[in-house]
Amino acid sequence: MLTVRHLAKSYRSAQEQVAVLRGVDLSVAAGESVALTGESGSGKSTLLHLIAGLDEADSGEIQLGDIVVTGLHDSARAALRRDRLGLVFQQFNLIPSLSVADNLAFQSRISGKHDTAWQHELTERLGLGALLKRYPEQLSGGQQQRVAIGRALASKPVLLLADEPTGNLDEDTADDVLKLARDLVARTGCGFLMVTHSERLAATLDRHVHLHAGLIA
Amino acid sequence: MRRALWILAVLLSHWRRHPMQFATLLIGLIAATALWSGVQALNQQARISYDRAAAAFGGTRTPMLVATNGGAFAQQLFVDLRRAGWPVSPVVEGRVQIGGRSVRLLGIEPVTMPVEASAATEIGKAGAQAFLTPPGQALIAPETLARLGLTEGATPALDDATKLPPLKLQPQLTPGVLVVDIGTAQKLLKMPDRISRLLIGSAKGPRASLGSVAGDQLRLVQPDAETDLERLTDSFHLNLTAFGLLSFFVGLFIVNSAIGLGFEQRLPMLRTLRACGVSARQLNSVLVLELVSIALVAGAIGLICGYFIAASLLPDVAASLRGLYGAQIPGQLTLKPEWWFAGLAISIVGALLAATSSLLKAVRLSLLATAQPYAWQQAQHRWLRLQGTGALLVFAAAGLALWLGDSLIAGFFVLAALLLGAALALPVILGIVLVGGERSTRRPLATWFWADSRLQLSGLSLALMALLLALAVNVGVGTMVESFSRTFTGWLDGRLASEIYLNATSEKQAVEIKTWLKTRPDVQAVLPGSRTDLQFNGAPIELLGFADHATYRDQWPLLDSTSDAWDRVRSGDGALVSEQLSLRMKLKLGDRLGVSTPTGTWPMEVVAVYADYGNPKGQIGVNIDALVKHVPDISQTRMGLRVTPAAVPALIDAIRTRFGLDGRNLADQTTVKTESLAIFNRTFAVTAALNAFTLGVAGVALLTSLLTLSNSRLPQLAPLWAIGITRRRLAGIELLKTLSVALITSLLALPLGLLVAWCLIAIVNVKAFGWRLPFHVFPLQLVQLLGVAMLASLLAALLPILKLLRMQPATLVKVFANER
Repeated sequence: MLTVRHLAKSYRSAQEQVAVLRGVDLSVAAGESVALTGESGSGKSTLLHLIAGLDEADSGEIQLGDIVVTGLHDSARAALRRDRLGLVFQQFNLIPSLSVADNLAFQSRISGKHDTAWQHELTERLGLGALLKRYPEQLSGGQQQRVAIGRALASKPVLLLADEPTGNLDEDTADDVLKLARDLVARTGCGFLMVTHSERLAATLDRHVHLHAGLIA
Repeated sequence: MRRALWILAVLLSHWRRHPMQFATLLIGLIAATALWSGVQALNQQARISYDRAAAAFGGTRTPMLVATNGGAFAQQLFVDLRRAGWPVSPVVEGRVQIGGRSVRLLGIEPVTMPVEASAATEIGKAGAQAFLTPPGQALIAPETLARLGLTEGATPALDDATKLPPLKLQPQLTPGVLVVDIGTAQKLLKMPDRISRLLIGSAKGPRASLGSVAGDQLRLVQPDAETDLERLTDSFHLNLTAFGLLSFFVGLFIVNSAIGLGFEQRLPMLRTLRACGVSARQLNSVLVLELVSIALVAGAIGLICGYFIAASLLPDVAASLRGLYGAQIPGQLTLKPEWWFAGLAISIVGALLAATSSLLKAVRLSLLATAQPYAWQQAQHRWLRLQGTGALLVFAAAGLALWLGDSLIAGFFVLAALLLGAALALPVILGIVLVGGERSTRRPLATWFWADSRLQLSGLSLALMALLLALAVNVGVGTMVESFSRTFTGWLDGRLASEIYLNATSEKQAVEIKTWLKTRPDVQAVLPGSRTDLQFNGAPIELLGFADHATYRDQWPLLDSTSDAWDRVRSGDGALVSEQLSLRMKLKLGDRLGVSTPTGTWPMEVVAVYADYGNPKGQIGVNIDALVKHVPDISQTRMGLRVTPAAVPALIDAIRTRFGLDGRNLADQTTVKTESLAIFNRTFAVTAALNAFTLGVAGVALLTSLLTLSNSRLPQLAPLWAIGITRRRLAGIELLKTLSVALITSLLALPLGLLVAWCLIAIVNVKAFGWRLPFHVFPLQLVQLLGVAMLASLLAALLPILKLLRMQPATLVKVFANER
């Protein structure tokens, strides 16, 4: 479902050109969960951003289903994120002025794929039923991340991308949140690619890929 | 579409969660739109009146034939021209006195009146017969009827006892004018078989040449796009517009501040929207849509407020225009649909203008940048450098305009550039002062005080700029008005030297009064005076005749003169020229003039220039005997009396009893001076009101900036509270910080204000009105304005401070709980 071929990306720093990704090859099948680990600066987040269409690669190819992501312009990449991807960030990135219910429904509504029954199921399974009228600032970190996962899955994406989703959570909460994410991913049958620092958490997913110096080790 | 609405709902949800910020945005837009459209409503109302006056019965909007020598001409010429195929219609014009009040009387001939002279609208089709057949009708506007204290249907007598036809109310008519049939007008004005002008209709057809019919007796005058009144009042309206524009921009400061802060707070939300699949184009379109929707709502409310502002200022504006220019403005607002549309458009343009930088940031929004709610603080140094450079460039432009420019527009440009440059330079100067403060102390809390003030500067600088501009304009205008007031009072003493002024009801009565006065031992001198309006080099001027007397020689406010000026005036070939006429026509001592009079061209030489404040027309002072010789039918009913001061009340009583004159045509010097000063003060009442509005808006800008900043201040204040500084002390420090920057700003505003005053006095006044004033500084006034500014700042700072004082510890603790 997701195929990454010879992907390269470099950034210009003050003095030199820094190659972050130097020809990465990766694939994620439908229903498969993959953990992407690596040291700080190894290019994990950059790879995730490129797959999500948040940034543009220097060379190589990303293919999601029948769509070649690397050839898309900004609007098409936005449409891809809206209709086929679910994104979860370390900083939660909820919309502070919307209630939990509205945050959960936001992406599915703008993608025109809102499903009330699925949203209800998500709410129940994420344990957010009593919090629907609250605002993000009134929630704990774990609760906020559960809302973020719910929002990402509400539009039934083909691939869920998560960048250190448990980085701001304590160990118990992190385990809890990740279990929920895995269960829901299994329920929807979508692919799941998660960037993490934790070898322990990485071990709970189907496959573990390590990135080192811009290459898959 | 549905998607756009969802995105719009998300964007609007920010305002729902931040109602105070939304209120700030609305207040700014409403204030900006209200002040701008209020001033525009006043200008539009005045222009409608000028147009009505100009268009009514063939004013300057219709081509016409007038006598070459400027006076009336024989009616036979009308008959000859009609026979020769000219579609002309006669008009007789003059002034009559009703109950001591002067009214313009127009005599028309409705049958031949051109359609474009709007006679049918004014008279009404059904009323034409009643207007023409005896006893006829005298059409009068409701304002004039009220001013004369008459009722419809009355047949008032003129001051020479002849009677007018029954008055007929005509709301379409311009105020201050009476319209009667031409035959009636000729009788009332004692102009049998004479005509003032011939209006030319647009009907085409064969016609003989003008010269072959009228010789050189008549000349053709083409319609003016702009009337004399419009030309005269242009400066007044330009001043009003400048104030409206200033208030508009001060209002936009609030909008910019609110939108800027709102945008910075919404940056994470915008990034999340983009991450969730909203394209950049769609996001920016919806941001503009959101802004336009808010601007439409605020604009509509602003227009309603603008209407009320205009309605409350209209009486003062009407009085100013009447007092200064003799323009008659009805006391009720009539607004065209364009005004409403323009108001909404200006609100939208203003909102987009104020949001430009935020919208540009949204266009360039990087998806991957870390969310930085107050990113502008980090870029502060770069901005300060840019602003400083901008300020220098704007100051240079002001200097260039001052050096090269020679018009009112150039004057306003200098003023605007000065204010803009100062506003741009303010954060730079404040930054330098605060860095200096920080370096001068080693105590930790004091160091934090200065450093934190500097951190707050970027968020407060727009509001402080608004305070700087409002205060500087207040100082500038206040100094100008006070300087003018002081000069005007001294000038009045020179111009109003006679102890009593009277205006007889007729020439006959004037002769009787003069004869009687000669028998009075308490009368030291009778000084006859006359004035008439003529054209000189295509502009309206006033010819003022006065007697040769020591009163004038000693007290007339001459600015420049030849050594034999008064002797030359006495001999009839010397002319005293008013300052505004000398500036407008570039006249200097020794220049030769030729003034067209009914008896031919009157050659004279400029022998002196004198101050003539408050008179929009150029004036030439001449000897009264020479004036009567050149304008034989001039009214000679006015005179000033030199009397020992103690005898004034008794003499006034005696004149009143013997000749039936009352307060309308008989007054002592004190009364005339009081009335003149009242007109003067009323002229600046509108300016003072707009000044107060502007300062008020600046206060609101400061308040709203402080309120919106107060929430984001918590992360800075909570650590201090955590290490043991009480909320009370923190509140005190916050108050001190706000007042410190406000004080520095206000102190900078004082010299800037004096510079503004200098610009107004030395450039704008000279170009707009044609008179120069001595520049005075009024320290007490400066102290008062400084006090008002500090009070406004204190009031603005109090609410956020009280909020901090009452803040629950739990709220402060939350800062740490939310730390990530």
